[in-house]
Amino acid sequence: MTSYVPPLRNLRFVLDEMAGLPDILTTEMYNHVDTETVHMVLEEVGRFMAEVVAPTNVDGDQIGSNWSEGGVVTTPDSFKAAYSKIVESGYAAIPFDPDFGGGGFPWVTALAIQELLTSSDMAFSLCNLLTQGAIDAIIHHGEEEQKNTYLPKMLTGEWTGTMNLSEPQAGSDVGAVATKAEPVGDGSYRITGQKIWITFGEHDMADNIIHLVLARTPGAAPGTRGISMFLVPKFLVNSDGSLGDRNDVSCVSIEHKLGIHGSPTCVLAYGDNEGALGWLVGDEFTGMRNMFTMMNNARLSVGLQGVSVAERAYQLSLGYAQERLQGTAVGGEKGVQSPIIEHADVRRLLMTQRSWIDAMRYLIYINGGLLDLANAGVDAAQRESARERASLLIPLSKSLCTDVANETTSLGVQVFGGMGYVEETGAAQHMRDARIGAIYEGTNGIQAADLVGRKLPMRGGQVVEDLLSEFEDIADELREDDRLVRFGDNLVEACGAARTAGRWLLDNGSDLNAALAGSSPYLRLLGTVVCGGYSAKAALVAQGNLEGSEGEFYGARFVSARYFGEQILPQVVGLEKAVTAGSDQLFALSAKQLAI
Amino acid sequence: MCRRAHVLGLDQVVKLSSTMHAMKVVVCVKQIPDPADPGALDPETRTLKRDVKLILDESDSYGVEMALQLVEAAGEGEVTLVSMAPNNERSGLATALAMGAASATLVSDPALVGTDALTTAKILAATIKDQGADLVIAGSESSDGYTGTVPEQIAAVLDLPSVTAAKSVEVDGSNILVKRQTDAGYDSIICPMPAVISVTAGVVEPRYPSFKGIMAAKSKPVEEKLAADLGFEEDQVGWSGSGQEIVEVAEAPTREAGDIIEDDGEAHVKIVEFLESLKVI
Repeated sequence: MTSYVPPLRNLRFVLDEMAGLPDILTTEMYNHVDTETVHMVLEEVGRFMAEVVAPTNVDGDQIGSNWSEGGVVTTPDSFKAAYSKIVESGYAAIPFDPDFGGGGFPWVTALAIQELLTSSDMAFSLCNLLTQGAIDAIIHHGEEEQKNTYLPKMLTGEWTGTMNLSEPQAGSDVGAVATKAEPVGDGSYRITGQKIWITFGEHDMADNIIHLVLARTPGAAPGTRGISMFLVPKFLVNSDGSLGDRNDVSCVSIEHKLGIHGSPTCVLAYGDNEGALGWLVGDEFTGMRNMFTMMNNARLSVGLQGVSVAERAYQLSLGYAQERLQGTAVGGEKGVQSPIIEHADVRRLLMTQRSWIDAMRYLIYINGGLLDLANAGVDAAQRESARERASLLIPLSKSLCTDVANETTSLGVQVFGGMGYVEETGAAQHMRDARIGAIYEGTNGIQAADLVGRKLPMRGGQVVEDLLSEFEDIADELREDDRLVRFGDNLVEACGAARTAGRWLLDNGSDLNAALAGSSPYLRLLGTVVCGGYSAKAALVAQGNLEGSEGEFYGARFVSARYFGEQILPQVVGLEKAVTAGSDQLFALSAKQLAI
Repeated sequence: MCRRAHVLGLDQVVKLSSTMHAMKVVVCVKQIPDPADPGALDPETRTLKRDVKLILDESDSYGVEMALQLVEAAGEGEVTLVSMAPNNERSGLATALAMGAASATLVSDPALVGTDALTTAKILAATIKDQGADLVIAGSESSDGYTGTVPEQIAAVLDLPSVTAAKSVEVDGSNILVKRQTDAGYDSIICPMPAVISVTAGVVEPRYPSFKGIMAAKSKPVEEKLAADLGFEEDQVGWSGSGQEIVEVAEAPTREAGDIIEDDGEAHVKIVEFLESLKVI
């Protein structure tokens, strides 16, 4: 629809000055990489994504992926062409182990590549994202032979990967998985059962697809404790690495969805004939635990999808607002139509998007940088403190960024007025594509329960408290600059609201319904405070660079952060009361009364 | 005098048995301000400000790609780059090195600010002449200055044959066979090597640098030279050595509103008439 301009300067700012990339690159694990190399890579990747992948976005939506008799799934031709170029480029391997052909770069740099890919075409990007998850699982839990057989081709993208958790009766409740794995006796298993929601479970972009499947072995305990993970390739792999027989797995159908039409969401049938051959990944009964090792990365990536789609929608709406002439703006020449960007309310639509996108990017990349430090930190204390803060931020990154993306992509539509409701402008696609983010990879309600049930209680609430105290210190610095006093005051007040709400949840945690009733508003509250705190940090970084050669860029960050502090952050004060209101009114009506 | 390239009639193009030998191709590349964010004209000099980040001119990426393909077809050899810039910006060269070029020479000298096309050609020719190139490839014209004369001037300075507007190039023994784009179709040209050819945009599909290519580019040599290293005196380059002057810069005329033809069943006739008036059909 329109072109995509990779926000490379913003990524450089976020990585180098917000997410601590330079520090991460001093660790033993990553000191073979330097920031200039990272940005050189991002520049080339950005150009590639804008020129090769971004033009596929409309095809993905309008042609979509299609299923035909025999379980064949056909992606748009432009997908196949772009995917083969991604394979040639080797970009997908950048964050992974050099032993299997990777570049050994930190995860936070992989996030930047992912953003560039996802903004270009979210539906298309899911194939790489799922492959990334499968690679991660095999690296952490696979046998050496599995790693050597599958990883090199998965790192290039020649083979793709999938994650198979859900079944018709087992969605958010993964413990209800019923797919069976019968041992054959030679170390392999025969898998039978049906899996649903399998992203890129079948497609025509790669030679082979490596499915990771959760299933139960005979006699396994009920619930999540009895689940094991199996590797089930679409085509069996011969000992010389060549492809052998087709395995007994087939695509029964694909879903017809609100958005991400290019991404085939498959129903996969395992073992319609003799049973699909599969091999254990990790020990028996560790499937669920092993799946959780990828959970942080996966949830962070979905949060990043929110930012990525929001960015593309923002660019589109900004372009329209600059060109569309309607009405005469205040102060404009009478009788001469002004670009709508000159109208105050359109400005608000744009600034709200701009400011949220900046703030969400800080949250996501700081979270990613902390995950790197949790692995690579110089000592145990640094690793542990990074790990616990990263864990706290994960549900915020996932939920807040996907919730807000729903709002900002909708604002993007609003900028277009009636034309935004017309598909041809492309604004609606971003809104439809963004909608899934709040649903998959653990619904945002589940993220809120994770925040209140697991993350807030870490060290008796002290992990949250440490972060709030840091923000209050930053607020003191804001107040030293006349332009930032209001932001500083708002930040102190917002931290107070977060503290009161968190304390109430901890004190009332024994009333589970009350805590869960307040969980979603609390997530919104804390997430907004964290975005406010990081925006404050960005304002302080920008403040020192307003007069330099890049004054225009830093000036934009400075104002965007101030807008957050003055226009968005105050919203949390109202949320405090929703968090602490308890569950009485949620359950006061009977199921029948709800229909009245 | 240049040795002459020969324009062949189509029937004269015969495929000679090609004897492969190592190909050394020098590609002239220019680093320009990003056309997506081009910056401003310097009101004093009436030239583009170049104190911003520079990227590889897209029109040169075709030359780099064609050179890489010729070396790959030959089985051995290498592609080297020559470039000239008033500062030591290298990011455009990095892209070409990441695509697969082996090394680069960058004539980087503040004294070069204001250098005209002919002096540019002389400087580039001075960096090329001792490289033992079989072929020198350049874009037809840069995407910022558009003088479009440098490749031919390099050929003249080096006393090499010059073939312009190449849409395809094939090596045949010690000659190259070039299809040269014309308004009517193309000329088939046979030309002895070494030679200088200029390529037009779109003739090949430039590859994107792979991750391995980007990483490898970091350790590829970029030799920086000053104008003086190549034997140029200060008054021979830059503004003082320039034989041209930019006397005026004017805004391009704004686009006029087009004619809208409503389809009343006869629209096709009007469209045909319009196309005929343009003499395109």
